[in-house]
Amino acid sequence: YFNRSYLLFGCAYQQSEGRELTKEEKQRLRKEKKQQKKNKEKKDDNASQESEKEKKSVSSSSSAPQPPTQPATQKAPSAVPAPAPAVVPASETPAPVEKPAKSKAELKAERRARQEAERASKQGKKGETGQQAATGKPKAPPSELQPVVKRLPEHIQVDNPDVLKKLAKKLERQQIPLRLDYGYKVSLFSHLHQYSRKAPLTQQLSIPSSVIHPAIVRLGLQYSQGIVAGSNARSVALLHAFKQVIRDYTTPPNEELSRDLVNKLKPYISFLNQCRPLSASMGNAIKYIKKEISNIPSQCKEEEAKGKLLNCIECYINEKIILAAKAIAKYAIEKISDGDVILVYGCSSLVNHILCEAFEKNRKFRVIVVDSRPRLEGREALRRLVQRGISCTYVLISAVSYILPEVSKVFLGAHALLANGYVMSRVGTSQIALVAKAFNVPVLVCCETYKFCERVQTDSFVSNELDDPDDLIVTRKGKTQLEDWQQVPLLGLLNLVYDVTPPDFVDLVITDLGMIPCTSVPVVLRVKNVDL
Amino acid sequence: MPGSDKETDLTERIEAFLSDLKRGGSGTGPLRGSAETARETTALLRRITAQARWSSAGDLMEIIRKEGRRMTAAQPSETTVGNMIRRVLKIIREEYARSRGSSEETDQQESLHKLLTSGGLSEENFRQHFAALKANVIEAINELLTELEGTTDNIAMQALEHIHSNEVIMTIGRSRTVEAFLKDAARKRKFHVIVAECAPFCQGHEMATSLSKAGIETTVITDAAIFAVMSRVNKVIIGTQTVLANGGLRAVNGTHTLALAAKHHSTPLIVCAPMFKLSPQFPNEEDTFHKFVSPHEVLPFTEGEILSKVNVHCPVFDYVPPELITLFISNIGGHAPSYIYRLMSELYHPEDHEL
Repeated sequence: YFNRSYLLFGCAYQQSEGRELTKEEKQRLRKEKKQQKKNKEKKDDNASQESEKEKKSVSSSSSAPQPPTQPATQKAPSAVPAPAPAVVPASETPAPVEKPAKSKAELKAERRARQEAERASKQGKKGETGQQAATGKPKAPPSELQPVVKRLPEHIQVDNPDVLKKLAKKLERQQIPLRLDYGYKVSLFSHLHQYSRKAPLTQQLSIPSSVIHPAIVRLGLQYSQGIVAGSNARSVALLHAFKQVIRDYTTPPNEELSRDLVNKLKPYISFLNQCRPLSASMGNAIKYIKKEISNIPSQCKEEEAKGKLLNCIECYINEKIILAAKAIAKYAIEKISDGDVILVYGCSSLVNHILCEAFEKNRKFRVIVVDSRPRLEGREALRRLVQRGISCTYVLISAVSYILPEVSKVFLGAHALLANGYVMSRVGTSQIALVAKAFNVPVLVCCETYKFCERVQTDSFVSNELDDPDDLIVTRKGKTQLEDWQQVPLLGLLNLVYDVTPPDFVDLVITDLGMIPCTSVPVVLRVKNVDL
Repeated sequence: MPGSDKETDLTERIEAFLSDLKRGGSGTGPLRGSAETARETTALLRRITAQARWSSAGDLMEIIRKEGRRMTAAQPSETTVGNMIRRVLKIIREEYARSRGSSEETDQQESLHKLLTSGGLSEENFRQHFAALKANVIEAINELLTELEGTTDNIAMQALEHIHSNEVIMTIGRSRTVEAFLKDAARKRKFHVIVAECAPFCQGHEMATSLSKAGIETTVITDAAIFAVMSRVNKVIIGTQTVLANGGLRAVNGTHTLALAAKHHSTPLIVCAPMFKLSPQFPNEEDTFHKFVSPHEVLPFTEGEILSKVNVHCPVFDYVPPELITLFISNIGGHAPSYIYRLMSELYHPEDHEL
């Protein structure tokens, strides 16, 4: 009975992932059962019980090779660039599981029990973190260091046709158009999307759209055209758009606000994800909102609930972004002394804020702004700093080894800080850190804690964003060399957006919790999780 | 008079060459490759030898030195001009010594032994007149010219020894030598090339189109992505503008970053440089090392107001120290960077280092 019951949970978990088991999954289950019958005599029950339990509970969750894109379980929205596949699916390795043969009646009973368990687990899991949810399934190993059940996000599995099919089905259900990839993709990056800026998603939408709130449509367009760029700006814009959505929301009859609003937000998030893959900061913000919404007690009146939610969002923006910036500036200014020559890269709102604050406090320093093609974001930073009266120098990233001997400190912004201490930031940041290290110049990274991410990554290939390759084309002296790059069969253009900097290049990370070394990031994450 | 005609013709040619040099280096990228410059310089020097009026080797060397100083002053960053002049001066010394009968296989370098034993001999003033000297020198210069013609091919011939199949090779900017090198290897092997575009001149684009037309799978990346992509690269092959006396390079800007990234990932860095790029300069001459072009390339005038309040730099060259380089491939074979000083002593006479 014991073995049956955890097969039951295994199946329950699998079923709760997708709406129905696909043909392949059903076949696999049948195969598994056959194998289990064969191995029944060979293995000892008790000895392998413990390991099987863990393997099954974790493997069955991650064994679905086509992880569903919008699991209805405790998993945060798949749009969160959440995760590396935690465990090698043990479904292929002969799990020496003993299972008695099943008869039809037993199967029926199992199915009924499964549905009960599913309903129960859904209630228990709603909106909670992985830790608590896993304990809802009594079979999961009850340790503190829960393996957070991770599923691969869809946007790094573009080379898997099954994943694409699932995504297409899901988008169809949500009535959101699917955005098509553009141009020849470099083979190293065939697992990522590559969109063209000239074909925004909104062209395929009917205006006015009945499914998606117009504030979200506008936001999506701003993201895909690059009008709103930079992780803080994108998060704040997202939260404002959600505020508008909440204001315009009315609970339909016979529905609870806490459940319905979350469901309403899902297609919006899919849409935004199609326009431009969500950033880590946006993912964390969405997690927060979903949790707040599902924590609204059911007897709360609609107006009150909406007011509460709007207030929550305001607080989040205020605390995590605005006040955090002030705290970081306070710490960072201690590190800036008179006569400093500070090097910054691209346009980070936080670093610009720090420099402006330092200038207000009458520190004497000058700034070198390093920029890179094709985004040329440094020019924006240059304008803002020059407007304040800070004396600036401007170079391109290829000249950085020329200018570095003059520099005393390097300040860099971050897009996200990963759990293994790597800094994910605009492409080129790791290069600047590398050259600074070679010249023995200290590198300081400034990052708010809401950008901390549980993911781990060691190189810039597995999870990245590919921007429009046409951006690399430039016309010089009347000649555009790469104009017909699409016609040339062996030529590819690569326009990466992010890269990861190893922690040994970074000397200090300045966050709103203080100044920490790069390796302390998982500690901060743990502390934050416990708080939540 | 035929004599004066020849002279005026000669001076005209020299002036034309000088103005060409001045214009060619005006910041929009070299209009001509260094190989062409070297060839033209050598041809001009041959003409000077043939047409100018001189009676002894010393006179000829004086004339060449004078013209050489003018040429190098016209375009200081074009070091091949100076290199060719030094080569020719060395040729003259050798031919003179051969005519005199003394053997010159002994070491050119100053040695304590030489100073003590051959006291007066080092006071060569090259005043003796030899009738056959002119013909010999011109013949030697012709040999030099043939050597120059074949440099790119000689380097390209070694390509298959260094590139295996399914490699990923990274390069930066545009180098005709590297282009020929890769195209030669592509005839027999299949590999990928990643080209860093090298802003602001973006010569990498031209390189990429040319390579892809030759059947090589090419990818263009921005300069900012060099470190990000480096972990998948097997070799870095670059060209250079000059090879310095300590084995370092003066190469296009961005090369130092590329070299550092390659060192970090322990990827070999191979420099394809023909012998005429070897220069007896050292990198510690701050004012002559760097060359700057109009900052308009970096921050165009359309940016408006902020232009007057901002310093903008647009350096053309980068210094790459010899510790970051794995191998030099030249027309006479492959060398380690620590061997460069020896090659230099064979090509140039120490007294010619300062023209």
